[in-house]
Amino acid sequence: MSALLRVTGLAAGYGGAPVIDGVTFELDHGERIGVLGPNGGGKSTLFRVLLGELSPLRGSVESAGSFAFVPQTERSRLDYPVSALDVALMGTLSRRSWWRLAGRSERTFAREALARVGLEEKADVQFGELSGGQRQRVLVARALLQDAPVVLLDEPFTGVDAPSAELLEQLLADLAREGRGILIATHDLDQALAWDEVLCLNRHQVAFGRPAETLTRRVLEATYGGAIVPLPGEGDPVGILPAHHHHDHS
Amino acid sequence: MQRALLELVLVGVVGGVLGCWIVLYELSYSAESLAHSLFPGLVLAALLGFPLVLGGAIGVLAAAAAVALAARVPGIERDTSVAVVITSLFGLGVLLALTPATPPGLENLLFGDLLGVSRGDLVTAGALTGMVLLVLALLHPQLLAVGFDRTTARALGGRPLFTDLSLLALIAAATLIAVRGLGNLLVVAVLVAPAATARLLTSRLVPMMALASALAIGCGIGGLYLSYYAGTAGGASVAGLYVLAYLFARFARFSGRHSPSSNVARGGSPSGHTAGL
Repeated sequence: MSALLRVTGLAAGYGGAPVIDGVTFELDHGERIGVLGPNGGGKSTLFRVLLGELSPLRGSVESAGSFAFVPQTERSRLDYPVSALDVALMGTLSRRSWWRLAGRSERTFAREALARVGLEEKADVQFGELSGGQRQRVLVARALLQDAPVVLLDEPFTGVDAPSAELLEQLLADLAREGRGILIATHDLDQALAWDEVLCLNRHQVAFGRPAETLTRRVLEATYGGAIVPLPGEGDPVGILPAHHHHDHS
Repeated sequence: MQRALLELVLVGVVGGVLGCWIVLYELSYSAESLAHSLFPGLVLAALLGFPLVLGGAIGVLAAAAAVALAARVPGIERDTSVAVVITSLFGLGVLLALTPATPPGLENLLFGDLLGVSRGDLVTAGALTGMVLLVLALLHPQLLAVGFDRTTARALGGRPLFTDLSLLALIAAATLIAVRGLGNLLVVAVLVAPAATARLLTSRLVPMMALASALAIGCGIGGLYLSYYAGTAGGASVAGLYVLAYLFARFARFSGRHSPSSNVARGGSPSGHTAGL
């Protein structure tokens, strides 16, 4: 299979009506796909299915390898007694026998991963004492250590300061250049425009394709459900009124 | 006296190290329930003359089966049925232990008998302690990953169900180690209080475990001498000191936080808010 990931007609839910339906897309080597949609629209559900946490109701998922996952740091436990290095080291869990403690080589790799996200000096700082952006970068370092062909990121830019966001953007480009496939759930349309493809989800798949062609007004309306408001200025700019914030299933 | 001290060291080390995981995984109530639910098994073992470890193992399995059965009764909520089963089993055990027809000494399973610890008890406790510590060392990376972030743990190669079951089995083993000295009523004190105290004083895991063990052993020895010279019950004196230590640490942290000259740069308060951005 040439694609890293192929999803066909996927439907999944939590024991009632499906929360996502009709999801069909492909992820190739070196591609970055932006997963767009409102809160509760099914982005996290899709990720859960890909990670094997949730079984599909219909459809199929074919993947060439394992997945690394970078969750939102908003959900992290800040009171847990771990340092940034400890968290990064968790990424090496699957690469050694379950009973073995991390050895010196793993610690070295972990420090390198932290250096790659610009946090080598913070390796021994308690995870809960880092800023939101720094914590998100540690979670990315953890995913880097898993060395997986596909990387899933759940809204990695939310609540993150500008320098961290810039670094993250650079990292994603590097990972793509290495030939990995990346799926990023995001609310930032500008960002998504720079990536290879977009997948618009609002309980069902609204669209999938290259951003320039796919992100039309109609697609955005169907995806975000809220009002599209014309903004003053040249070139017919639009703004999207935020939909009501409600918790997605987590 | 020497045997009592050794028992306290073993109990202290297990309580300190395992206790940190119990506190981090929020299993304090489960530890309490588990300790009580295996009590009738211990009583029966003592009455019928077979090893306590066997009685404890049978007690845990019987309790698990009873809980599973009770969950099938229609119309009762799950936590109600669990509570009814645990309380009934515990009550049954207490009945057996305290009736006049029972040979004397059995009530010590309930209240503890630090000074009556035999050489055989110590050997068993020592072996169990070694086993518990070894398993905790082997499971350390799993426990760390699963406790930190359960949903991502599986993607990382963690095994949450296996980790949960292992912790429960270790709590059962720790109960067996501590029941001779502290009694079934107060076993949970050594599993929760020293670790909870250590957590107030440090935010790094290995120092937390070391501190919890030191506190558990220190309060244990203190309690033993207190009961010897003041004539108070052994297990209760020890448990009383554990609680006092916790209250002291809590007060110290509270006043430290509110004094104007203190540096309140503490990361990771239990409410989960991070310090600064």
